[in-house]
Amino acid sequence: MIEARPLPTRQRPLAQSAITGGIGESVKRPEGVLKVSGDFPYSSDLWAEGMLWGSTLRSPHPYARIRAIDTTEAATMPGVHLVLTHADLPGRKVYGLEIADQPVLAFDCVRYEGEAVALVAAEHPEQARRAAAKVKVDYEVLEPLTDPELAISGEGPSLHEGGNILRRLRIEHGDQNAPAEVVVSGEYVIGMQDQAPLGPESGLAVPDGEGGVDLYIATQWLHVDRDQLAAVLALPPERVRLTLAGVGGAFGGREDLSMQAHACLLALRTGRPVKIVYGRQESFVGHVHRHPGRLRYEHGADSNGKLVYVKASIVLDGGAYASSSTAVISNACSFASGPYAVPNATIEGWVVYTNNPPCGAMRGFGSVQNCFAHEAQMDKLAQALGLDPVELRLRNAFQTGDSLVTGQPLEGSIPVAELLRRVFSMPLPETTDASRRDLRELPGGVSNTTHGEGVRRGVGYAAGFKNVGYSEGFPDYSTARVTLRVVEGRSQAEVHTASVEVGQGLVTIQGQIARTELGVSQVVVLNADTRVGSGGSSSASRQTYITGGAVKTACEAVRERVLEMARSELGDRAGRGETWRLADDRLVDASGRTVIDLVTLLGDEVVSEEREYRPRPTEPLDERGQGNAHLQLAFAAHRAVVDVDVELGLVHVVELATAQDVGKAINPQAVEGQLEGGAAQGLGLAIMEQVLVTDGKILNPSFTDYLIPTILDMPPVRMEVLELGDPLSPYGLKGVGEPPAISSGPAVLAAIRAATGREVSHVPVRPDDLLDL
Amino acid sequence: MEFLQPTSWREALEMKTARAEALPIAGGTDVLVDLNFDRHRPEVILDLNRVAELSEWQPANGRLRVGAGVSYSRIITELGQRLPGLAMASRSVGSPQIRNRGTVGGNLGSASPAGDAHPALLAAGASIEVTSLRGSREIPVDEFFLGPKRNALKPDELIAGFWLRPAPGPQQFAKVGTRNAMVIAVCSFGLALDPEQQTVGTGIGSAGPTPLRAGEAERFLAEALGEGDHWRSGQPLPESARERFGELVARAARPIDDVRGTAAYRRRALAVLARRTFAWAWQEYTAQ
Repeated sequence: MIEARPLPTRQRPLAQSAITGGIGESVKRPEGVLKVSGDFPYSSDLWAEGMLWGSTLRSPHPYARIRAIDTTEAATMPGVHLVLTHADLPGRKVYGLEIADQPVLAFDCVRYEGEAVALVAAEHPEQARRAAAKVKVDYEVLEPLTDPELAISGEGPSLHEGGNILRRLRIEHGDQNAPAEVVVSGEYVIGMQDQAPLGPESGLAVPDGEGGVDLYIATQWLHVDRDQLAAVLALPPERVRLTLAGVGGAFGGREDLSMQAHACLLALRTGRPVKIVYGRQESFVGHVHRHPGRLRYEHGADSNGKLVYVKASIVLDGGAYASSSTAVISNACSFASGPYAVPNATIEGWVVYTNNPPCGAMRGFGSVQNCFAHEAQMDKLAQALGLDPVELRLRNAFQTGDSLVTGQPLEGSIPVAELLRRVFSMPLPETTDASRRDLRELPGGVSNTTHGEGVRRGVGYAAGFKNVGYSEGFPDYSTARVTLRVVEGRSQAEVHTASVEVGQGLVTIQGQIARTELGVSQVVVLNADTRVGSGGSSSASRQTYITGGAVKTACEAVRERVLEMARSELGDRAGRGETWRLADDRLVDASGRTVIDLVTLLGDEVVSEEREYRPRPTEPLDERGQGNAHLQLAFAAHRAVVDVDVELGLVHVVELATAQDVGKAINPQAVEGQLEGGAAQGLGLAIMEQVLVTDGKILNPSFTDYLIPTILDMPPVRMEVLELGDPLSPYGLKGVGEPPAISSGPAVLAAIRAATGREVSHVPVRPDDLLDL
Repeated sequence: MEFLQPTSWREALEMKTARAEALPIAGGTDVLVDLNFDRHRPEVILDLNRVAELSEWQPANGRLRVGAGVSYSRIITELGQRLPGLAMASRSVGSPQIRNRGTVGGNLGSASPAGDAHPALLAAGASIEVTSLRGSREIPVDEFFLGPKRNALKPDELIAGFWLRPAPGPQQFAKVGTRNAMVIAVCSFGLALDPEQQTVGTGIGSAGPTPLRAGEAERFLAEALGEGDHWRSGQPLPESARERFGELVARAARPIDDVRGTAAYRRRALAVLARRTFAWAWQEYTAQ
């Protein structure tokens, strides 16, 4: 019934060139060894002669009016050079990615626990911290608004002008009153997840002595940081120069400003370099989180298991400030019904302001919360119909020619059914007698809670998808400058972009593209900075596509100039110059024979071209939520095998298996890394990761109690990578980074339900949820 | 902040007498976390890492005396056979790095209700040797914990080590956490069977203001084993008695709801851990 068809999986590139390190190869990343040996310089390792340390005083209250701020005592503390409050700001007092609503330093009121109120620069970080604690803020503490449903109702305080509904979105697709023979419904609650990057927020601002500033920073988008900073600092953008510093992971948490403006303000006012490094606890309030949500779903199907309708109501808690919430709710609604053809749908989404921690971008960006819901619903529906869960999904899987609930047609390869068949057909891990296993292979692990007692195995499946690149008409482009010249007797290509390496491997990818396009063995990828045009953000799984496209386009322009140069210098030789190409550091003819080597051809000439790459534009959703709002769609499916100790409610994930269509694997090993890492992040959300917030306060802002998976929690990942291409993208590639984090968690939930027979509706699953207490 | 580094036990005791406010530090796995989070700013830190005597252990008068500075790693590798319950608890502590640094003496000094070593020490009936210039005394471990992070040390006293009999019978330790390693206990349970004395020892962790013994459960199980002549016959206890043991352990706990778990869950889990650890211990006993 369910069988995988033979399809082209990843193929080794044919040996066309002597140059290694082009696209399709598992090129090693240049910083890999440094990172594992602890030698990689992260932004927190920066140092400058004479630098001061900045510290931030933060609000202890989720909601309070500021009556007065007294910095007198703080300013006289040992080592202190400067104390700043909102009154000292030279420019715009607010910032934000989509809506500028977040104060650089709080004025009038604070809207979440941990909001920045005052800054100190001192000789030593501890002096700065102690002085910040001496800033006296007179608060009138207010009752916080912490319930998103209350925010929708309009009751409670209005936290921003225009009320608390940040965005409401309604998608109406097909017949709004279609009847169905089989109906299932459910309500799902998703907790707040933290990006938990290795490196906390940090950077170094260096004043240039002429009123401008250089900021060395770990971020996800240099230019959007720069533009926000220029407004806050009241400087023209060209006097705010950003250089990428070593990024210890991002996952969405570095899209918003954190300490950037603070360090620049302190540096410009003191005339000294200023460094700010958050500790882990501060990091928990220093960046946005994944939106917690409450999702109510109703699915209707006919008796053959074909979906008739999906009705969903999605409420996301945006917290105190807008960040990228308006885009997150758009994704949550666009993909609410999962990768399945649904003739009729009513999707209603809200994202609201509350006094909870601000939420914004995190890997998956709105497609994670809804995947837990639509996949639980598909399993419920399968059960109601007496169908195998995979079979039900296959009967409804998207195919080319179907459309999203937004009306956008599905083009190109849409391999949902194939991905599901693949994970279904992979061999299952062996079932050994639980009482004979090593503790590390049992729920509870080395803590010795079971020797097999109460252990039940379950298998679950899930499929998910999301968009690659920006949506709803947001301009998407990237810029690359590529330069070809002779350096010390060798031809060398230099690639310069402002696109950020966050650990995903973008530096390696840029080098691979340049080697392939220019046939040059020696490629230098310059550090990202704002001396070149914007690369857009390292988010939305977009950089290999968009910046890859820019590098490819710039390389093509350089190549064309070099070929023209050759034709004019060597003569066209009866039009044969049209077939010349670059390979192995030479210019060769159609048969591969050397025409001239590059070093000779180039001489002193420097061939440099800057190009922007713009993919097909998208359009906004209309008032019925219809429109071609998304660029590319990327799909994955997961199978999870779990062992649950049903007496203790503890879970051991035995294996995660996945199949994903990556279009074309530019760097197969990096693809594997994304598939494993994303699955780990999904597993974390499924069974342990939650920022616990009560009355607006974070209860577990440290890795002591915010648990992320260890090597004993994360099983091996069995994977099949499909390369089905995309006619519109460079090399046919698809964005890879996010799909692994979408359906992995829902598959774990499905497996837990299969093992326990329980309707688990809270994510992450807590031990209490698996017991009758 | 003053940093005192005695190189002998005598010197350490003199320093502690002179500076009663001095905070002792061994592996630093608790103290340094508190310092880094600025929860605590001690005026004086007394570094015991150079006191060689503290990192020794030896048999004495039929018992084992283990210095306060012996690391969890060494307990696992050097004392795993003689102190199996404590070794199992040690294995569940943190990561390899933490086990290399952390010490049972430090665990006792912190006196956290969630300290992993405590249930094992309670179950095995350990006593804690504390010393000052005035002399040494042994405190039975179940009198050592006075409240959350409070112990029975006088201001001039330091923890020298602890005393335990080499396990006279099977011992077990189990800990519930919501991750498979590197996790603070949601609750934990230690069990020790003493076939010679025909007694049972228990210890409950992370389910009360201090680590606790389940006295009624101990007496019940010892009686049930004795009455049916189970020690001699090795026959299994009836299901009802095993259930009852679990219930009594759960009842001895005084848990609260907190960020790591609910009180109801902790009681339920303790009953399960009590039943299971007894089953494993009994299986080991009858296999001998």
